[in-house]
Amino acid sequence: MIRRFVLWLDDRLETASFASHAMRKAFPDHWSFMLGEISLYSFIALLATGIFLGFLFDASDAHLTYHGSYAPLVGANVSSAYDSTMRISFETQAGLVIRQMHHWSALLFVAAIVTHMARIFFTGAFRNPREINWIVGLTLLLLALGAGLTGYSLPDDLLSGTGLRITASVAMAIPVIGTWLESLFFGGPFPAPQMVERLFFTHVLLLPALIIGLISLHMAILWRQKHTQFPGSGRTELNVVGSPLWPNYALKSLGLGLAIFAVLAILGGFFQINPIWDYGPYSPSEVASPSQPDWYVGWLEGALRLGPPIEFHLFGHTIPASFVPGVLFPLLAFGVLYLWPFIERSITKDDRVHNLLDHPIEVPWRTASGVAIFALFLIVTLAGSDDVQARVIHVAIERLIVVYRVLGIALPIVAWLVTFQLCRELRARAIQREVGEPSVVEFIRSPNGGFEEKQPTDTA
Amino acid sequence: MNAPSRFSWLQRIAALALLVSMLGSVGFAVGYATGVSAQFQGLALAIALGGLAVAVVIWGKFLVRQERVIDLREPTSSSWERNDATHALEAGTEQIGRRHLLSRLLGSAFAVFGIAALFTIRSLGQNPYPQLFRTKWTPGARLVRENGQPIHREDLVADEIVTVFPEGFVGAADSQTVLLRLAPGILQPASDRADWSPSDYVAYSKVCTHAGCPVGLYRSAEHQLLCPCHQSMFDVLDRAKPIAGPATRPLPQLPLRIAADGYLRAQSDFHEPIGPGFWERGA
Repeated sequence: MIRRFVLWLDDRLETASFASHAMRKAFPDHWSFMLGEISLYSFIALLATGIFLGFLFDASDAHLTYHGSYAPLVGANVSSAYDSTMRISFETQAGLVIRQMHHWSALLFVAAIVTHMARIFFTGAFRNPREINWIVGLTLLLLALGAGLTGYSLPDDLLSGTGLRITASVAMAIPVIGTWLESLFFGGPFPAPQMVERLFFTHVLLLPALIIGLISLHMAILWRQKHTQFPGSGRTELNVVGSPLWPNYALKSLGLGLAIFAVLAILGGFFQINPIWDYGPYSPSEVASPSQPDWYVGWLEGALRLGPPIEFHLFGHTIPASFVPGVLFPLLAFGVLYLWPFIERSITKDDRVHNLLDHPIEVPWRTASGVAIFALFLIVTLAGSDDVQARVIHVAIERLIVVYRVLGIALPIVAWLVTFQLCRELRARAIQREVGEPSVVEFIRSPNGGFEEKQPTDTA
Repeated sequence: MNAPSRFSWLQRIAALALLVSMLGSVGFAVGYATGVSAQFQGLALAIALGGLAVAVVIWGKFLVRQERVIDLREPTSSSWERNDATHALEAGTEQIGRRHLLSRLLGSAFAVFGIAALFTIRSLGQNPYPQLFRTKWTPGARLVRENGQPIHREDLVADEIVTVFPEGFVGAADSQTVLLRLAPGILQPASDRADWSPSDYVAYSKVCTHAGCPVGLYRSAEHQLLCPCHQSMFDVLDRAKPIAGPATRPLPQLPLRIAADGYLRAQSDFHEPIGPGFWERGA
């Protein structure tokens, strides 16, 4: 049966020669290699749940009176987008669990991409010949952020509407083209009636198409270049050691995917997320307090809060205060990340092909730089919820902002120095363990002034 | 090779996991038909998928022969074809480039086409300018609440705050305004705004000058308006100047007057663009 299928296909597409290699392709067994797979599986979960939601969601700004089964909102004036999201959540069989799974999958998708990239960064997997895939991967992260932002803005609730308002303001802060850019994307000055339809189109077609295209490219490049691997017995720059694709790796990977779907089902069933009925429908003159975005937008929100209240004026034009934290900071941060393989190459002058990974302690300055970048993102993300923290620990928010401004500069520097020193010492210790104690030759001064080499004695 | 007992043990666990998975799926289907809670549906789905996951992982890790394959890497770059490719590309390019005039015209034609194509982008949205510099407030417009009710001189007590719109434009995002009544005598208006706040009523744009959120919180003890998005604070007693947070500009003030009928009206629109800054706003 299998044989007949293989022959039939090979007669037509000459697939057997490729397949015979592919079945035996080696996949290294290391837990950190699963992070990329987790991103892929959460994306598949997003597609599956998203197709369900796409059929039921009504991306329209047309307003109507709510008559659904959620009593506190009956009689409220809501948009069709909000109304249909409420219907999915309360009146559609399995609607709520699938909607919540979709949202949880999105959170997991971005989290898995970030940790996957951290693994690539700290082990030097982005080096020659894998710079292209680093850039593709980073672009996928940006697209995932865009898909997240456009997705959670769709229900037209008070929380996401406020988020959109801020997004539009940041877009307007871009010099020269900002106002037009905002108007062309949203359809007019905020809030434009076409917004929901445009976000929907962006979220369900534009971004997923780009993401699918780039994931395909990402995997094709991975297939062509083969996996990296950690050094170890039998592993060299010229080979890859691991489980064969068929059947070992395929079964294990499928199992991982199913396990992720199971976790997402638990999250979607038991852990409420984005309860738009608590936020209420969007109205431009109302705002939820505290208003907190999804975790992956927190760093932008925090940067806006920490940015200094300084507005620039240039030849009679205005550069608003949110330009530096809202536009320049993300551009710089992603600029450094995009260029990292080339920055590192210009520092190390190392253009050799690397298929064996570094242990993070082996390259202290790179690891220290990565930790410093994480420290910076941690601080700005935490600053994104400073109002909640101020309320909980009873500190004036003005003080907390000062603390975060200082930490935002100090912590990355401290983190760099500490990590650098720590890596060096760990590395020295690892080398010591490998080659043994350095032999020390002692000299003994004799009473007449001469020196004599001390004979080694066992000092156990 | 594993001892046969362990082997059959694992096989039994996998079989059990698959049976549990089937139970989960049946549970989901039955729950769907009878309309159970999201928690039950999530749990049933998780059992169905989790059982499958356990079985497949056991299968992959223990029940198939554990093999170790060594893939040799071919070099990622080609060998002699590199020169061929370079030559082919150079020769082709040279042939095109030889016709100087034509190749330049070709480049220009594409560039001009690109610019022409860019024109279509203009159709995507309206011209933002008129709305950025004006709101719906007009001279004599009555201040109305969100339910459309106009505001009379006697309506608010000291330290009361209400969101108002120009009559006929309730809900207009750019025209939302906070109206406050202060305790008599607290407000010392600047000379250029002496007649903007009759009977201790003062009105400021509700759109934050930082990122455009509604400035919705009022700390009455300190007479400060607070934006809940990024915690900018504005001093109500001093032109709504920002005193903390990332905002740089005061909230624009709406000049008020009280007409003979006792209703609050706007003297005019705001004297400057409301909301967050933008390039064309000017200094």
